Amino acid sequence: MVGDAGGAGLDELYREIILEHYRSPRRKRHLEAPNRHADGSNPLCGDQIEVEAQVDDGRVADVGFTGQGCSISQASASLMSDYVVGKPVGDALAAVGAFQQMMTTGEAPAGVDLGDIEALLGVAKFPVRVKCASLGWKTLEQALKRGGDASEATPVTTDERSM
Amino acid sequence: MTLERRVFDIRSIRRDFPILKREVHGKPLVYLDNAATSQKPVQVIAEITRYYRDTNANIHRGVHTLSQEATQQYEDVREQVRALIGGGRPEEVVYTSGTTMSLNLVARGWARHRLRAGDEVVLTEIEHHSNIVPWQQLRDEVGIVLRFIPMLADGTLDMEAARRLIGPRTRLLSVTHVSNALGTIVPVRELADLAHAQGALVCVDGAQSVPHMPVDVTELGADFLAFSGHKMLGPTGTGVLWARHEILEEMEPLFGGGDMILTVTLEESTWNEIPYRFEAGTPNIEGVIALGKAIDYLTALGMDAVRTHEVELLDYALRRLGDVPGVTLFGPPDAQRRGGVVSFDLEGVHPHDIGQVLDSHGVAVRTGHHCAQPVMAALRVPATARASFYIYNTPEEVDALAEAVSDAARFFGGPTTGAARGAAHGG
Ligand SMILES: Cc1ncc(COP(=O)(O)O)c(C=O)c1O
Repeated sequence: MVGDAGGAGLDELYREIILEHYRSPRRKRHLEAPNRHADGSNPLCGDQIEVEAQVDDGRVADVGFTGQGCSISQASASLMSDYVVGKPVGDALAAVGAFQQMMTTGEAPAGVDLGDIEALLGVAKFPVRVKCASLGWKTLEQALKRGGDASEATPVTTDERSM
Repeated sequence: MTLERRVFDIRSIRRDFPILKREVHGKPLVYLDNAATSQKPVQVIAEITRYYRDTNANIHRGVHTLSQEATQQYEDVREQVRALIGGGRPEEVVYTSGTTMSLNLVARGWARHRLRAGDEVVLTEIEHHSNIVPWQQLRDEVGIVLRFIPMLADGTLDMEAARRLIGPRTRLLSVTHVSNALGTIVPVRELADLAHAQGALVCVDGAQSVPHMPVDVTELGADFLAFSGHKMLGPTGTGVLWARHEILEEMEPLFGGGDMILTVTLEESTWNEIPYRFEAGTPNIEGVIALGKAIDYLTALGMDAVRTHEVELLDYALRRLGDVPGVTLFGPPDAQRRGGVVSFDLEGVHPHDIGQVLDSHGVAVRTGHHCAQPVMAALRVPATARASFYIYNTPEEVDALAEAVSDAARFFGGPTTGAARGAAHGG
């Protein structure tokens, strides 16, 4: 099927795991009692995301995301949510850093095992899509760093410019 | 549909555009992003080189031969532009860097000095950002009031609302002639008559009409007309603001500097004649001269023929895309009532992903909000995919588009289409 779409490395971008997370996103819902929250938006492509987290005793007890966006942004947010649940906040933030490093270098980060998230490695070869993959992560970072009250903050964006 | 049936010889036109021989990802390039910028024929490309090899000199300031030749060539294009759009005199043609600068010149050079707090400027919901933002800036500065004619579900304007909104406080109506996001052709004359009846002036954004159809400022009822050279076979960084002479007379220059003055003392300066007072500094000389070749090219084809060709392609594209399951077409359903632009989305597939799959087929379309976020808001979609046509596009390329879109549907649909839909539109 990937070949149908004309090659051109499309199969590298749209790895099966990514398509699968896009079709059946995990943790795409609102939380009952979130105590962390942030909004993200890339107006240029029309991606919008809201990330909620429940942090208990310094651990990410639960994460949920809602919104709309392309397959890359949705799959990335889904993979991310699965990954950070249960981790200490510090580890979740470290994963954000590792992910961003992966997007800029195009290589799996040393020292952190991101598991399935490494399926997003191919995105680094499509520079215009890096911002799609990064939106959920930057939004999570903002939610975790900002703590409880975030209602007044402007949405996170990974659009380099908006025309 | 075949190439032979066309209104002009597409095969020979295509030979004039070197870039159309390119391959993208191993597939022949199918360039359908003409609303963003057009490709350039050899005649335009060669003219830029010719200018630098034979003529290059600064204009309006040398007695030497090269300067006089450059000045002549640069000035001759004003008459070409005038003839293309039916203006009264060549001095009414002000060269700018594009539509954006032209519209800002209307806002800053005219409205900034002529309008006061409470005066109303009427726009529409389907404007490009470049016909919204300068007016918002002016509102914040001067206190003018902005009114927006709403869009109906089919992408046309609510004319009844227009009749209510254009009133005695209206000083300017600024509207696009053709929507770049939906293709809607705006009934500019009807709106202009309403505005003129209230003593208001009319500014038309011709970025998507002047390249694609016959445009006559008198027939349109335009007092200002803004457009870009790069969307009509010309180089980037070229554009025009046309305005009636007496209106240009009452406008202030945006920039001060060389070429726009008559006399300068340490205390004060006097402005040069129209249009030079709006063209401070050394302009895009080779761009303007090459724009002249672009106008030659279009005029030789005939703007009526250009329009007929695009309507045929558009009609075919609306049918072909309409047949792809899951495709929603936006904008007026009738090809006669729209420019050569098809905005669409595909159920369960985000426009960004459509664009990526199409690119892998060599098909170049634009995806996103098309600098018209209010249109996206009115349609309640985050973005659309947009194919837009020009003189060199063929029915076979429309076929390639439709097949690539079907492929995107298969690619993302897969076995769990329902879930994919949930992912795309959920939340
Ligand atoms: C309707 C419309 N107005 C204005 C513009 C702005 O033109 P430019 O970017 O050439 O200044 C565009 C081009 O994108 C357009 O389509």
